Amino acid sequence: MSSVATATQHSLEIVDRIGGSVDAVGATERAASLSKRSIKKDSKAWALDLALRCCDLTTLEGSDSPGKIRQLASKAIRPAPGDSSIPSVAALCIYPRLVAVAAETLKGSGVHLASVATSFPSGQATLEARLAEIKQAVADGADEIDIVISRGAFLAGDEDTIFEEVAASVEAAGEAHVKTILETGELGSYDRIRRASLIAMAAGSHFIKTSTGKIGESATMPSALVMAEAIRDFAELTGREVGLKVAGGIRASKDTVRYLVIVHETLGDDWLTPDRFRIGASSVVNDILMQIDFLRTGRYSDPDRYTLD
Amino acid sequence: MAKWDYSAAPESTEIVDVRDTYGLFIDGQFVGPASNDYFKTINPATEEVLAAIPIAGETDIDNAVRAARKAFKKWAALSGGERAKYIFRIARILQERARELAVLESMNGGKPIKESRDVDVPLVAAHFFYYAGWADKLDYAFPGRRAEPLGVCAQIIPWNFPLLMLSWKIAPALAGGNTVVLKPAETTPLTALLFADICRQAGLPPGVVNIVTGAGPTGQALVRHDDVDKVAFTGSTEVGKEIQRAVAGTDKELTLELGGKAANIIFDDAPLDQAVEGIVNGIFFNQGHVCCAGSRLFVQESIAERLIGKLKQRLATLRLGDPLDKNTDIGAINSRDQLEKIRKLVGIGVEEGAELYQPACDIPERGFFFPPTVFTGVSQSHRIAQEEIFGPVLSVMTFRTPAEAVTKANNTPFGLSAGVWTEKGSRILWMADRLQAGVVWANTFNRFDPTSPFGGYKESGFGREGGRHGLEAYLRLKETT
Repeated sequence: MSSVATATQHSLEIVDRIGGSVDAVGATERAASLSKRSIKKDSKAWALDLALRCCDLTTLEGSDSPGKIRQLASKAIRPAPGDSSIPSVAALCIYPRLVAVAAETLKGSGVHLASVATSFPSGQATLEARLAEIKQAVADGADEIDIVISRGAFLAGDEDTIFEEVAASVEAAGEAHVKTILETGELGSYDRIRRASLIAMAAGSHFIKTSTGKIGESATMPSALVMAEAIRDFAELTGREVGLKVAGGIRASKDTVRYLVIVHETLGDDWLTPDRFRIGASSVVNDILMQIDFLRTGRYSDPDRYTLD
Repeated sequence: MAKWDYSAAPESTEIVDVRDTYGLFIDGQFVGPASNDYFKTINPATEEVLAAIPIAGETDIDNAVRAARKAFKKWAALSGGERAKYIFRIARILQERARELAVLESMNGGKPIKESRDVDVPLVAAHFFYYAGWADKLDYAFPGRRAEPLGVCAQIIPWNFPLLMLSWKIAPALAGGNTVVLKPAETTPLTALLFADICRQAGLPPGVVNIVTGAGPTGQALVRHDDVDKVAFTGSTEVGKEIQRAVAGTDKELTLELGGKAANIIFDDAPLDQAVEGIVNGIFFNQGHVCCAGSRLFVQESIAERLIGKLKQRLATLRLGDPLDKNTDIGAINSRDQLEKIRKLVGIGVEEGAELYQPACDIPERGFFFPPTVFTGVSQSHRIAQEEIFGPVLSVMTFRTPAEAVTKANNTPFGLSAGVWTEKGSRILWMADRLQAGVVWANTFNRFDPTSPFGGYKESGFGREGGRHGLEAYLRLKETT
């Protein structure tokens, strides 16, 4: 992760300098046209391998237990046991309470350990409590922290609060990288998604992320496109290359390839790496594995050949 | 990190059955030309010969017009509802055979399959559906006036949208009770001949639609035929003027849809990423072979540098190549002649001092291709800002105020279309009131719909196609007092 530029905090002034608005019809059409790219054969094999390496294998349930976390951590390291050509996923993404358990299993594997924090998914706790949660998760072994913005404050027009909270979270996370969840499904317009993206980046986020996966509307192609465009504009002005994470509702490997196309044609080859692009998902991993096997053999395997953890 | 190359994803041509030799479609039959003369039609992306196409001479034209005249009486006498049945049937068959039509359109014309598949053919079917709906409502379409068909319509269409222009011409003509003799462009006759087959499949009475092929002389013979009641032409302003001279002094009705040099105007508050898409769609859609192409880009000076930077970045992602590849954004130039014309005008642009930009892109060795091209530093006085290039070539100019944008946009012999990009609604309306263009798009470009009239100001022609206006162009309206 050293290749991601060190977070330098900017002021809200840079958000205004980049500015810009989004035409909803145009953005939707562009996303639809990108999703029609026909990715076949070698290019598909390449994309599926990358998609797998970009996955944040996720479980965020009230029922998560140490046993469940150990099993999923194993899956993150070896998605297809016995097949050394299948890479590990990028990270395991879990609630803070079980970070210490996961850290034990993941130790030395190269798989990152991400923890949601800041009173995920609502963000409705005091800032002190949220920062304490971040610090605890990092102390327990998380090297990536997925935070949420206070959508209530943002929709009320209080951009200063959003900026300061994200900046404080980045500081609290120390060496750990921060992915800031905008919860695009609650923001109401692409203009606001763009604005929130810029604020989150200016405040020092290493990644901006679409969704918690806990509300009705999760990642969509147009919202990912709008965020990618904001990332590109931010990089152009500041030189800092922020990553994009799409999350929630991504179940088909076909969709992961579509997101890769959006990233490829908006941000370019430099973003086609787990250091700058992540997919937050769980069940999609098995679909990717199944598609990789299909490309290799021409046949679909029995779903029970893929592990359910 | 290795670069991600998309593997070739060509659409199969197996669905298309291209014959070695075609006939003229006259009176419901495919017949050879009286002269026995043929020309070869090619695939502009490969320069391979696809088929031999008959050259219709005066005798053939006379036969076609006679067939149309003979069919006219019965066709016009059918109730609107009966005519609608035929037109609806054609529309449905167009949808059923959509893939075949799309592949053939791309093979013969060079346009990317994603356009023929997602834009041209769906719009063609939509036009037939739309005008089928009008056929039994002619008594209500123009209150206080009684609608009568004109008779035999001579229709000459261009090579940039072969099927779509056919649908714009034939669908309203048939709905109004007219019969037609249509001449497709010399370089793109194949889908019109496939359409003839669809007319047979739909059981359309012989002679209602006749398709004659050939070059300029065939078109002249058709326009000059005494028994033609209406001439409809889409193509160059130069040929349009010739046609207008030819019909002067006759009682033939005339509509002309000619060239353009549209202004695409970007204000500093525009949504820039979507504006860039609109610019790309405006000038690189169909290789810029679009009469309403946004070939003049006017950018407010305060954002010019930033917008042009974004545009150049975007050009680097355009994929030029095999029109049948599903990932191709820019296909083949339609003909060697057109390629030469584009090269010549681009050369003139460089000589006149404009700054040329072309992204790095591989040009296939065979076939007619031209890279997406942007000229900056262009002045109104440059020929590339005045003449229609009809290729993937954009001329970029700047402006400071809305009034200046209007003045410069209108400073052209043409007036077909314009685009305005701004977040401010009142400014869109202010601009639309002042732009001399038949169509003004706001925060979009090159958007077509059968219900919306299309046509020009000034040397871009007269008459409207699409909507109720397009229907009126094929009717004689009489006051009923």
